[in-house]
Amino acid sequence: MSQIPTLTPLSVVGQGLVRADGHAKVTGAALYVDDVRPEGCLHGATVRSTVAHARVTRIALHPEDAAAGVVLVTADDIPGENVVALMTDDQPALASTYVKHVAEAVALVAAPNREQALHAAARAIVEYETLPALFDAETARGNAIRIFGEDNLYAHITITHGDPASLFAAPPPGTRVIEGVYRCGHQEQLYIEPQGMIATPGMVDGRPSLTLFGSMQCPFYIHKALKRVLGHTDFNVVQAVTGGGFGGKEEYPSLVAIHAALLSLKTGRPVKLIYRRDEDLRATTKRHPMRGRYRSLVDEKTGRLLACDAELLFDGGAYNTLSPVVNSRGVIHAIGPYRCDNVRSEALMVATHTPPNGAFRGFGAPQAMWAAERHMDRIARTLGLDPIAVRRENLYRDGDVTPTGQTLKDVGVGIVLEAALERAEKPLPASQSQTRPGGGGAAARVAQGRGLALAWHGCGFTGNGEAALKGKAAVALEGRDVVVYVASTDIGQGVETIFPQIVAETLGIAVERVRNAPHDTALVPDSGPTVASRTTMVVGGVAEKAARQLRAALAAEVGFEGDFDAMLAARKSVASLRVQAEYTDDGSLVWDPKTYQGDAYPAFGWCCVIVDLEVDLDTGEVTHRRLVQATDVGRAINPVLCSGQLEGGALQALGYATSEELVLDAQHGMRNNRLTNYIVPTTLDAPEMETILVEIPFAGGPFGAKGIGEIPHDVPHAAVAQALEQATGAVLERLPMTPERIVAALAAGPTETQA
Amino acid sequence: MTLIVSESPVLDPRTLAEALQLRAAHPEAMPLAGGTDVMVYLEAGVIDPPRWLNLWRLNALRGLSRSGDTLRIGALATHTDIGRNADAQTLAPALVEACRTVGAAQIQNRGTLGGNIVNASPAGDTLPVLLALDAVFELHSAARGERRVPAAAFWQAYRKMDLASDELLVAVHLPAPGAGDHTHYRKVGTRLAQAISKVVLGARVRLDAGVVTEARVAYGSVAATPVRCPKTEAALVGRRAGDLAAAADLVAQDIRPIDDVRSTAEYRRDVAARVLRGWLGTLTA
Repeated sequence: MSQIPTLTPLSVVGQGLVRADGHAKVTGAALYVDDVRPEGCLHGATVRSTVAHARVTRIALHPEDAAAGVVLVTADDIPGENVVALMTDDQPALASTYVKHVAEAVALVAAPNREQALHAAARAIVEYETLPALFDAETARGNAIRIFGEDNLYAHITITHGDPASLFAAPPPGTRVIEGVYRCGHQEQLYIEPQGMIATPGMVDGRPSLTLFGSMQCPFYIHKALKRVLGHTDFNVVQAVTGGGFGGKEEYPSLVAIHAALLSLKTGRPVKLIYRRDEDLRATTKRHPMRGRYRSLVDEKTGRLLACDAELLFDGGAYNTLSPVVNSRGVIHAIGPYRCDNVRSEALMVATHTPPNGAFRGFGAPQAMWAAERHMDRIARTLGLDPIAVRRENLYRDGDVTPTGQTLKDVGVGIVLEAALERAEKPLPASQSQTRPGGGGAAARVAQGRGLALAWHGCGFTGNGEAALKGKAAVALEGRDVVVYVASTDIGQGVETIFPQIVAETLGIAVERVRNAPHDTALVPDSGPTVASRTTMVVGGVAEKAARQLRAALAAEVGFEGDFDAMLAARKSVASLRVQAEYTDDGSLVWDPKTYQGDAYPAFGWCCVIVDLEVDLDTGEVTHRRLVQATDVGRAINPVLCSGQLEGGALQALGYATSEELVLDAQHGMRNNRLTNYIVPTTLDAPEMETILVEIPFAGGPFGAKGIGEIPHDVPHAAVAQALEQATGAVLERLPMTPERIVAALAAGPTETQA
Repeated sequence: MTLIVSESPVLDPRTLAEALQLRAAHPEAMPLAGGTDVMVYLEAGVIDPPRWLNLWRLNALRGLSRSGDTLRIGALATHTDIGRNADAQTLAPALVEACRTVGAAQIQNRGTLGGNIVNASPAGDTLPVLLALDAVFELHSAARGERRVPAAAFWQAYRKMDLASDELLVAVHLPAPGAGDHTHYRKVGTRLAQAISKVVLGARVRLDAGVVTEARVAYGSVAATPVRCPKTEAALVGRRAGDLAAAADLVAQDIRPIDDVRSTAEYRRDVAARVLRGWLGTLTA
């Protein structure tokens, strides 16, 4: 067995401790937003557009609701600016004059009970003059109907590296040009509880205040957005227990919080605004659909990449949200973990009259690497080479230079590839598709296949994002215990467990004596958002630094540096001792956001996924049998939680691969907006999982940790496509690979198809 | 947390006679058994009945019993009850298999066979099996007593059935399989649990000396009701085992699939024929 790099566990870090919030969650004691009901609370509901593009000419309550005292809030009730402040100010809090997508919030209502509020919202009177709508990104780009800016582009980035144009113009002997087009559809984040927020008015220091309590990833995003709408900062934002976010609770909760706040402001009462699941699915952001057009010049004997030209076209939807970041991460990851010295990669983010697409685990990388990995398979197929051999030929090695001009070190992609291949040698479990009830038994014709895919994923914000943000964390001695103050939220990934582990290890005390403070903007500093695989690696590093400063502060107070409890015993004061640290740039990263040249990320994660599956040749049903993943995580702070993140992310990607599809109506609203019809995998659909943690420490992360939140979602779908091809010869280049598309591809025969 | 609330009054009979009287007196009342469909409709705002008729306490409607050549299944028998019943496993293995594919464990524990029948969804997982097995439904009313309707005549149009507003479904009768009977169940769903069918097949073929003497081919999710396939069945009768698969070519003429949020008409048409063809191919004399 080859040696897989791992690190020796420390006394707290590296231990698979039970999660701090686990007991409350499994016993039902944890309070999610809808479990809380302040006294005198009203219920809010949202009046939504029924058309994609229109001028709004009238908004009114149904007369019976008006007579019954239902409260209506429109844009006229906004004290500050009518905007959801994020990257640009294009999205209104309430669409008062124009609606730009179906299910857009036009007005709000509040009533004493939820049923009454929902009923009033459903029958509120909104009159429209409908306008022509653009639903297709290719058509919308540069169209005379304006959605955003001059050309309906939210972002447009081109990276140029080497001289691809000359090579394509005059291909050297022994080379081939290989072209392909690869597509992906929407994907829903599908967090556990729908969007929800409670706004409660109160008094702080004799001044009226407001508390926003709800399901969220980023308390300070909400703080910044609400400040613009209210025109003041006499409010705080508190995270409720949040059952997963996956990006869906990143920017969208700002809108929910604004709405709850406006209703509370108008009524003077606490207001609870909880989306129904069907409403949530129709109205909230999704993963961006993409079309990738790839052209490569390769050595025809080895498949070595000599030049690549990739164009990614993303559908951003009706408002900008965080789409430029998706565009950016997409274009940087467009070639996959492969060296190519002559690259042109371009990404365009187009505005359409569809519900805005937004943050989702991977941020464009899962789409870009779907295309990159399918293209790698196309190269292998065209040249008659083994797809793994072509990957081995091209994968990054230490000292290679990326398309942005970053010189790589500690490259783990070769290690994860060999580790996963070795583990995949284990015999497969017995087939179940022919023995499960309703599976067809001996009559079912099935084929087996195995597929492999490789990913790289930049950890943390792109370029100098972290240096500009200066994420903060505080650590305080309170009695004999230590409290960690971070805005980084626990959204299931383990912040409440991992941060105490980092701080306890640094201080040399038992982890039981360290806990996180509530994620309340009145208490915690702005650590930056809980996104981008940055929480453990970046904010965890700041918390470690704060813990070291706390030791130093304590040593200064007692006059000697030693064991934490010895210093504590020597302390005379009982006052709490709090220190705050912030992220500082060591100046080693150089990045030019204009040319997209330089060091794109402080570190990269590396991952290899191998999927074994079985496909029913009559029905196209896919049974995922085993998923092996080997991932370079830097250092697993908590190996149990780390593996859990990786396995959950991979399962989410298997849904993206074969079952998750948005069915759209004529206005491009989601038709299958119920859990029975939007098909995410259940436990029964999950394969056996083998998860290998490779630890190549990153000097810039706490105890060597890298970010791992997104990488598991990057390429399992590509491994599934290769496995289907191996099993049946069918080539699928569009996501999701539903049974319907698989059957069509099988009917087309073992040739190249555009399913 | 958010509760699914109905403030309508509940009628709560303890005997079948009482239930039938209440059913006649309150035709507007929504009968409630396991609630696995009704609760979904209520939450979705599809129904808001002024009154409920709670059947859950009618224990007499719960059991399974065998008498001679017939298996009688009480309308309130849950999918779990049927799946675990030794007589059902012997006499109706295809129905047992179907019950094990309904929803997931929680739904199977609560959902009833009678509920599946009168919910009359074209996608009901057990319904094609009931058609294939020549099930007979026992209906009762206070005014007219008992009558029996064969499954093949029960579902008349989309969500319309041969059930009067004062009647309740009390039991399902399944004749025991004859000598030479072969049965098959195949569910093509959207995933492995909590899945609504895209195509569901229940089939039975009786072979006598290698020749088909009786054939039942029934599908769900391919028409407005669960349907039998008369052309396919007729084509099978008289054919010899080993040469049956071609009859599946006629399935397309017997079904009327549509495009919906779960699948396409084309997929359903092709797959319905293929899963039948595959099974027919395994039958040998």
